Amino acid sequence: MSLIEIKGLHATVGDKEILKGIDLTVNAGEIHAVMGPNGSGKSTLAQVLAGNPAYEVTGGSVTYDGKDLLALPPEERAQKGIFLAFQYPVEIPGVSNAYFLRAAYNEIRKAHGEEEVDPLEFADFMEEKLALVDMDASMLNRSVNQGFSGGEKKRNEILQMAVLQPRLAILDETDSGLDIDALRIVADGVNKLKRPDNATIVVTHYQRLLNYIVPDFVHVLVNGRIATSGGKELALELEDKGYDWVTNGASPVAAGAA
Amino acid sequence: MSSSIESLISREYQHGFVTDIESDTMPAGLSEDVVRAISAKKSEPAFMVEWRLKAYRRWLSMKEPHWPNVTYGPIDYQATSYYSAPKTKTPLGSIDDVDPELLKTYAKLGIPLYEQKMLAGVAVDAIFDSVSVGTTMRDELAKHGIIFCSFGEALREHPQLVEKYLGSVVPYSDNFFAALNSAVFSDGSFVYIPKGVRCPIELSTYFRINSADTGQFERTLIVADEGSYVSYLEGCTAPKRSTNQLHAAVVELVALKGATIKYSTVQNWYAGDKEGRGGIYNFVTKRGKAAENAKISWTQVETGSAITWKYPSVILQGDNSVGEFYSVAVVNNKQQADTGTKMIHIGRNTKSTIVSKGISAGEGNNSYRGRVQVLPRATGARNYTQCDSMLVGNRCGAHTFPYIEVGNNSAIVEHEASTSKIGEDQIFYLKARGLSAEQAVSMIVSGFCKEVFKELPMEFALEAQALLGITLEGSVG
Repeated sequence: MSLIEIKGLHATVGDKEILKGIDLTVNAGEIHAVMGPNGSGKSTLAQVLAGNPAYEVTGGSVTYDGKDLLALPPEERAQKGIFLAFQYPVEIPGVSNAYFLRAAYNEIRKAHGEEEVDPLEFADFMEEKLALVDMDASMLNRSVNQGFSGGEKKRNEILQMAVLQPRLAILDETDSGLDIDALRIVADGVNKLKRPDNATIVVTHYQRLLNYIVPDFVHVLVNGRIATSGGKELALELEDKGYDWVTNGASPVAAGAA
Repeated sequence: MSSSIESLISREYQHGFVTDIESDTMPAGLSEDVVRAISAKKSEPAFMVEWRLKAYRRWLSMKEPHWPNVTYGPIDYQATSYYSAPKTKTPLGSIDDVDPELLKTYAKLGIPLYEQKMLAGVAVDAIFDSVSVGTTMRDELAKHGIIFCSFGEALREHPQLVEKYLGSVVPYSDNFFAALNSAVFSDGSFVYIPKGVRCPIELSTYFRINSADTGQFERTLIVADEGSYVSYLEGCTAPKRSTNQLHAAVVELVALKGATIKYSTVQNWYAGDKEGRGGIYNFVTKRGKAAENAKISWTQVETGSAITWKYPSVILQGDNSVGEFYSVAVVNNKQQADTGTKMIHIGRNTKSTIVSKGISAGEGNNSYRGRVQVLPRATGARNYTQCDSMLVGNRCGAHTFPYIEVGNNSAIVEHEASTSKIGEDQIFYLKARGLSAEQAVSMIVSGFCKEVFKELPMEFALEAQALLGITLEGSVG
């Protein structure tokens, strides 16, 4: 059984239709890259899967773990193992990272019928997670994302991913605004979290990230539809030829993963 | 407030059956005779009747003020009865007789079981009998010479103490509502802490003997003698209803040399229906006077009432005295609040700290009004004021009216203000991490209010946090 199966997904924001029929299947153990020019709907796809109420699903279906994902509110999707690494993580003043992370971690544990952890147990647990993204324990006392640099915010997203251990991680342009070193740390973290029973959808504009997070499949989104799909070489071809090569050449083809 | 809270409040009111009250309630209307009758019913000493009458006559000559940033219909002062005998509720048999919705709210607020029983009016069992708990507490306090009783009892047992300090901080002529309160106040608390004594427990209105429904015009007087310390908690997070719309209480705090009084309030009076109808008007005068090296600290969490109008203040009379005001005021639906503080610097090297957090949601209107006054002889005065407003949604209002009057050029006065909005993007971010909307709002708001909550005694802080979450339920998304 596939981990997630998206069929004919249509979504609008306001009056504007952004997703015009997405078909995509991701199995456990796979890394899928979703690329495309600006405005193609890449981030929209990520947000819709996470359940952002700003977007309205107007058609199609999404089956996650055999169940209807679209019927679930965002918090339940998260509890069932969906994780969205935001492109622009928000700040939450006055709420420490430690408090927030522990609350989120405990909600997921509760959803799995496990006992909640107390602050001391959580502190031990955090030590190895922090090492994964090369962050210092002192960041735990800072307010969520407040005063964080772009790179720190993105690393904080991956830290959360490490803590919440999702089954399907969706990285929404995690590489935007990162320098090479930050990029390496983020990619490293993602790679270390890869397991045979989880999967990742990497939404990105540039091929560069895919040098570090090597995808099994690459899909190119153009105008709200997947125009073409292929293996990791497709990303290299795109870098070489540009998106025009796809938008001019290929007609919108509903392509699922192989 | 969300509809589930509303429905459980109306159910709570139904539980409050009263037997045979007609004979114990005076007909509506206010006159000198009524004032005398109130005093006579309570068998008050002569000085008290005289004081009440002076206040009443003064009140007749005063005009109701209308300067706050709130609107309300005219109040008919002749339309209510000014005396009702303390009601004793017919107790319920067991906790199983209590409305489960009510219990759910108590659980959400983290109120312990025996307190839930007391609040719900269940006949409490022998071990946790409210009277015996209160008695044990009184014995403990009596060992230290601490007096903690109802105002009425204080008038009977300690009239000289009351006479000495009553009106010394809030004279009956102070303002329209204080004058009214002084004439017709029903009951309240009296606390006296002897010299050098640190009160070993937090005094709470829960454990005041014969505490029945909170009266319409409460009068509280707390006197901390030289070098003493007391922490007093007023109110509770559980939603409260009243048959009366206007609540005009007066609280006076007297901190003698080197004494410290910490006064915390959590207020969740009925705020009215979604249209704001029927909610309580909470027009309160609270003030403390600090002598040399004394400290008075006000902490309040105001989430209820249709209209909240109060300025807990400190007169920094003595040298080196300290005044503090920490406040979280929430308005949702159609609630209105005009609240803040006055810090009057009179002595030398006095210090005041003001941290005000206003949260507006729904169509609520919240105003902070503060006065920092440094008199000409108040050398070395220091004030720090921080007023932050948070707007939830886009139909609410937040306003700030700071008055700063500095008459001495050695004063240092700082004022910071900020306004922020709870964003849907913040809510979605937290939801995308597995937290419910309620948890998300609660977390964001708690973060915003952290500085104030940490001043509350712990048991109140936890309940206050939960209360904030409940008050804002349904305000986002």
